[in-house]
Amino acid sequence: MSEKTTPEPQALGDDSAHVAADTQVPGGTTAEAVASDVVLDTAGGQMPPSAVPAATQRRGRDHDRDGGGSVLHQIFTGNAMVSFLSVLLAIVLGGILMAVTNPKVALAAGYFFAQPGDLLTEVIRPYTALVQGSIFNWAGADLAAQLYPITETLTVATPLICAGLGVALGFRAGLFNIGAQGQIIFGALFGAYIGFAWHLPIGLHLLLVILAGLVGGAVWGGVVGLLKARTGAHEVIVTIMLNYIANFLLLFLLTTPAFQRKGSTNPISPFLDSTALFPELLGPQFRLHAGFLVAVAATVLVWWLLNRSTIGFEFRAVGANPSAARTAGINVARSTILVMAIAGALAGLAGVAQVSGTEKYLSGGVAASIGFDAITVALLGRSTPWGTFFAGLLFGAFRAGGVAMQAQTQTPIDIVLVIQSLIVLFIAAPPLVRAIFGLNPRKKKTTTSGTAGSRTGGVKSGAAA
Amino acid sequence: MKKSLRAGFKRGSMAGVATAGAAAFLLAGCGAPPSSSGGSSAAPKSDYTACMVSDSGGFDDKSFNQSGYEGLQSAVKDLGIQEKHVQSKADTDYDPNLRSMVQQGCKLTVTVGFLLGDATKSIATANPNSHFAIIDYNDPTFPKNVKPIVYDTAQAAFLAGYLAAGTSKTGKVATFGGINIPTVTIFMDGFADGVKYYNEKKGKNVQLIGWDKDKQDGTFVGDFKQVDKGKVLTQGFLDQGADIVLPVAGPVGGGAGSAILDAKSKGKDAKLIWVDSDGYLTAPDYKSVILSSVQKTMATAVESVIKDDKDGKFDASPYIGTLANGGVALAPFHDLDSAVPADLKSELDQLKKDIISGTVKVESKSSPTK
Repeated sequence: MSEKTTPEPQALGDDSAHVAADTQVPGGTTAEAVASDVVLDTAGGQMPPSAVPAATQRRGRDHDRDGGGSVLHQIFTGNAMVSFLSVLLAIVLGGILMAVTNPKVALAAGYFFAQPGDLLTEVIRPYTALVQGSIFNWAGADLAAQLYPITETLTVATPLICAGLGVALGFRAGLFNIGAQGQIIFGALFGAYIGFAWHLPIGLHLLLVILAGLVGGAVWGGVVGLLKARTGAHEVIVTIMLNYIANFLLLFLLTTPAFQRKGSTNPISPFLDSTALFPELLGPQFRLHAGFLVAVAATVLVWWLLNRSTIGFEFRAVGANPSAARTAGINVARSTILVMAIAGALAGLAGVAQVSGTEKYLSGGVAASIGFDAITVALLGRSTPWGTFFAGLLFGAFRAGGVAMQAQTQTPIDIVLVIQSLIVLFIAAPPLVRAIFGLNPRKKKTTTSGTAGSRTGGVKSGAAA
Repeated sequence: MKKSLRAGFKRGSMAGVATAGAAAFLLAGCGAPPSSSGGSSAAPKSDYTACMVSDSGGFDDKSFNQSGYEGLQSAVKDLGIQEKHVQSKADTDYDPNLRSMVQQGCKLTVTVGFLLGDATKSIATANPNSHFAIIDYNDPTFPKNVKPIVYDTAQAAFLAGYLAAGTSKTGKVATFGGINIPTVTIFMDGFADGVKYYNEKKGKNVQLIGWDKDKQDGTFVGDFKQVDKGKVLTQGFLDQGADIVLPVAGPVGGGAGSAILDAKSKGKDAKLIWVDSDGYLTAPDYKSVILSSVQKTMATAVESVIKDDKDGKFDASPYIGTLANGGVALAPFHDLDSAVPADLKSELDQLKKDIISGTVKVESKSSPTK
């Protein structure tokens, strides 16, 4: 009994899974839809299943379909409740973590019954700092200081959104692109070189830098597509290796005089010309730059590409089932190369946002861990363009707020990252939250409970036993 | 039936855990709150706040971040000041971290390493009323509120090279670096010259592997993180016959240490020369094989800069650590004291005096300039 009460299709994105399942297939029951999915996915068992779950690939259309009815529907099935509980759970768990690791909290816990407020204050302060560092700082001296956090969130989110879009695009085409890191590095490398080595008039220079970044990323991503399409090499191993190659190539280039400042042997490139930089949107005291607008434009473009264009339809078809797509007359090889090139170009754009937006020079750590965070962003955004956009904003807020958590409350950065990862984990895995609180939305939804149960029942009971 | 029983049991056990936890909390929570002031520090409390931003190595890097942080902590203890510190996880964190320190009202912010050079410069320019100090980096275009703290490490590394050449039994010594950057290669330059000086003076031919001073190229890990790679490199050096290794790679030095411990357990006689801090104290795991360390006494420098700033005596002229002012030094031999012959010790003392007086010139492309 208990197995059937807590089944969920997947850790990620189950809500839209059943929303999609409810609305998507006219006529047939969802069980048939799922069964046909599996058959399509593996060509009746003759093909190995795709590395990316079919359910992830199908996510795209939710956005067009999310009408008011489905919002109500979600509330009634307890999703708002689950979201609230996930954040609550993360906050409580994070609080316990801080209590264990922070001597001040431990001290306050020691006299909890004498002054209970102290413990609460010590535990709540880091969360307050998180909000103050990412959204609005009500303690700021002037309006600029109060608004600084939200601009910082947007700034940090910019490269995450661009690279996340690239990863999401790959997912939708059935490619597990974990090469965003290398593609960002190449975009940054190309863009930065044009930025500091060439001296061009304003406007043209930035345009060429962006173009170079797009080309750099597209080349590095396109190589993956080419290898996959021509030789069948698996994109995961190829992208991992290309990440290493890009990283060490960057480190090597930074030891050569062409990429170093005059009279210095430190591995840092000269500053980009001011003509090559994204204009600051709100003046010099904020880091927010026009790259954010480019990221918004990229989101719209990817949405259009996936949902309104023929190429995007081909990408999704290839992602759902390459064999069926080939049978239907789609050039799978061409699609694979193209999707990786576009994904690479988007990641390259993230690289440009780094060198032309925030860093203004090229260093070994210019890509930080954006390429890997982008994978989480894309998954959290359920591989939809706007989902990725908002997941990028969330991550940006965490990164920006993490600085304040550290600076204001002296919470160690590692604990900050653990707490943030917990929040993401719970947001991304509502089934876990439902299981923990013993919530069971399926009881109210007799139509789908059977489906979901039969879909994953075997796996679940195997795991539970 | 069975399943529901199990579910019930699970709930029961969770409730049990919760009860136990609550009980523990109840017992632990009966202490008395601290008295209102509660301050028992030696120095009188001050509102002055000194801050520090690490580079991506973090404050526990057993290298310059850690030494600088210790300086900050001792300033807190000795001067009764407030402190704040933030650790950077990536190169992209420097700018926002520095901004947050200024927003937090830091009077003096110490940054660590050349990677923070540009961020320090731009934030210092934008905040002329805040003071900054940067460890291991100097830029002649810094504004007047940045004090560089730099070290002529080659001087102490020269002594280490002479010591290594004099103690090596195989006639081969080795070094490797983290990344080919000036603050790393300055150690290797000095070490190479020390070995060369020993050969000239004694008519010997002790070889150095891992660094070519003329070509400014040698063996590098590629970063300051891959401890296992440090181990593999060191094993390679030992196989080539080297018996003293100088790893200039922060925490990666631990890899060299464990390779040498392994070799020692197989009966091979090999030794390690630590860098930045006295490894005998900061890396006690390897103290049985640490011959000496090329020290940069950053903690003292940081504390004195903070003290000067607190007393209103901040100035932007660079602090250059040398053998003469004790900013760089060769650490004591500790447990391996007996491995160093008495006449070699007196030669080292003389050499130190000669370097201070300028009789022996130590030159490195990477040495800081006024």
